[in-house]
Amino acid sequence: MIKPGSRWKSRVCEAEVVLVRPGKNDGQLQCGGFDMVPIAEDAEAMEIEAGMDAGCMAGKRYRSEKSGIEILCTKSGRGSLCFEGEILALVETKKLPSSD
Amino acid sequence: MRTTLLLELMADSQPDRVAIDGANGSLTYRELHARAASFAASLNGTTARAIGFLGVNSPALPVSLFGAALAGLPFSPLNYRLPDENLRRLAERLAPAIIVADDGLAHRIEGIPGVEILTRGTLTNLIATSAPSDFEPAEESDIAILLFTSGTSGEPKAAILRHENLTSYVLETVDFMAAQEDEAALVSVPPYHIAAVSSLLTSVYNGRRIVQLENFQPEAWIESVRRYAVTHAMVVPTMLNRILDIMAQTGQRLPSLRALAYGGGRMPLLVISRALKLMPYVAFTNAYGLTETSSTISILGPDDHSAARNGDEKAIARLSSVGQPVPGVEIEIRATDDTVLGTNQRGEIYVRGTQVSGEYVGRKTIDDKGWFPTRDLGWFDCDGYLFVDGRLDDVIVRGGENISPGEIEEVLLAHNAVRDAAVIGAPCEEWGEEIIAFVVAQSNVSEEELREWVRTKLRSTKMPEHIHFRDELPYNETGKLLRRLLRDEVTETG
Repeated sequence: MIKPGSRWKSRVCEAEVVLVRPGKNDGQLQCGGFDMVPIAEDAEAMEIEAGMDAGCMAGKRYRSEKSGIEILCTKSGRGSLCFEGEILALVETKKLPSSD
Repeated sequence: MRTTLLLELMADSQPDRVAIDGANGSLTYRELHARAASFAASLNGTTARAIGFLGVNSPALPVSLFGAALAGLPFSPLNYRLPDENLRRLAERLAPAIIVADDGLAHRIEGIPGVEILTRGTLTNLIATSAPSDFEPAEESDIAILLFTSGTSGEPKAAILRHENLTSYVLETVDFMAAQEDEAALVSVPPYHIAAVSSLLTSVYNGRRIVQLENFQPEAWIESVRRYAVTHAMVVPTMLNRILDIMAQTGQRLPSLRALAYGGGRMPLLVISRALKLMPYVAFTNAYGLTETSSTISILGPDDHSAARNGDEKAIARLSSVGQPVPGVEIEIRATDDTVLGTNQRGEIYVRGTQVSGEYVGRKTIDDKGWFPTRDLGWFDCDGYLFVDGRLDDVIVRGGENISPGEIEEVLLAHNAVRDAAVIGAPCEEWGEEIIAFVVAQSNVSEEELREWVRTKLRSTKMPEHIHFRDELPYNETGKLLRRLLRDEVTETG
């Protein structure tokens, strides 16, 4: 099971993410069509898959409605973020005033 | 997700940004992370079950907080304003523990079995000699923070905040790295206040520089805002009032300040109205939250405050509210028989959400559906604005009728001659309890006039039996009215 707090990097671009909420089921994160790898591991770079280039932005969260898994993008990239092949949706956050 | 990740991510993304600033020193994100990791490494093999903290705001606070979290140990800031006897009792409850203490405070907790003292000076040396690479996390504990409640009624309870509660609060309320480079938040509440902990976590995740003020004094607060170009700050109502007094006296202004949040007690309408006038460009936010809810659960934001500033009657009335629940939090009002009440009906405030812990050492108060009874009274208006009306424990039972002191205080405060007011119940043979008011007057007014004022605005059963005039009311340093002292006074003389 991939763990909250675990950090992953893309094989097709600069993107890096961290898992902030686990999903209901285990599975693999993908970026640009290829499985992401643990941040400290070396992996062969791949060419981004066609249609998987919507990009991701540092500071934004992405969520799967189906499994509930939620990740935070910590480094922007060109690839689309997926979980088990399902494209993750950008979590729209309401800008809150600072309260503490 | 653990609180340490918040720091780790910023240390990776913006290592050279200043994380901590102020008269006691500054640290970049890289330095803060390295020091916390060194402190954690020094804890390898420790038998301590918690890390305590006895000191004022300084870089040692975030270093020990994150260091404890990295080592998997709960972190517990202690109230240094407690008398020795009470402070030592809390330290004993943490044992076996290591307590990081300011050099001038360490002697107060000496000689307690199972308590090892680490002075701030020793902590600095230890960090310099302990390599962060040695670090191995100790046994995982999911408790991040143990915070003793102020104990206004009896022995303080140790509220448990788990990593999950705190990180959920951070994720729901701020965006990662969203702060502008020039943003700085001034923290002037002491380390043992929940807002000191939550502001540290939200600012670290947000990338906002934290300016620490050792001890709140209005002059020092204003000086810090000006000197460190502070853009954001949080104060409790009593602090705001004192800041405004100095600003009015000296004519000093705060050009860098963009946003001011307040909370931790009821804000008198007079004080906030004055603030809106004296700081015309500042965005105000009223935040309501409890230790047990990882800080803020409801917010009255800048737009509502601006509308009030422009004279909108409805918005002015709403200045007494705490606004609307933050994302991820549900709030409902319940009657004593647990039925959920509708709008404009007063009852106990219940709250639910991942950030809500509702847990103390040895006791869980959350029900099986996840609802936490806050022991606060309140109601929602028809537009979904929450009004908080004091503590359930402060309710006066007079002749079988439940009377909320907040309602009477509100009416007294609306009188032109009244600067501050507190209402309590005192034992009495005829009614069980009678209503006693304490008033700080700012112009001439008689007891009879004020009693009559309450009677016409509310009704005769809510009219105080006695009104005592005082030069000031007793508040603790974090702005909580000490009703207990007023009750003691009445019981002793009565």
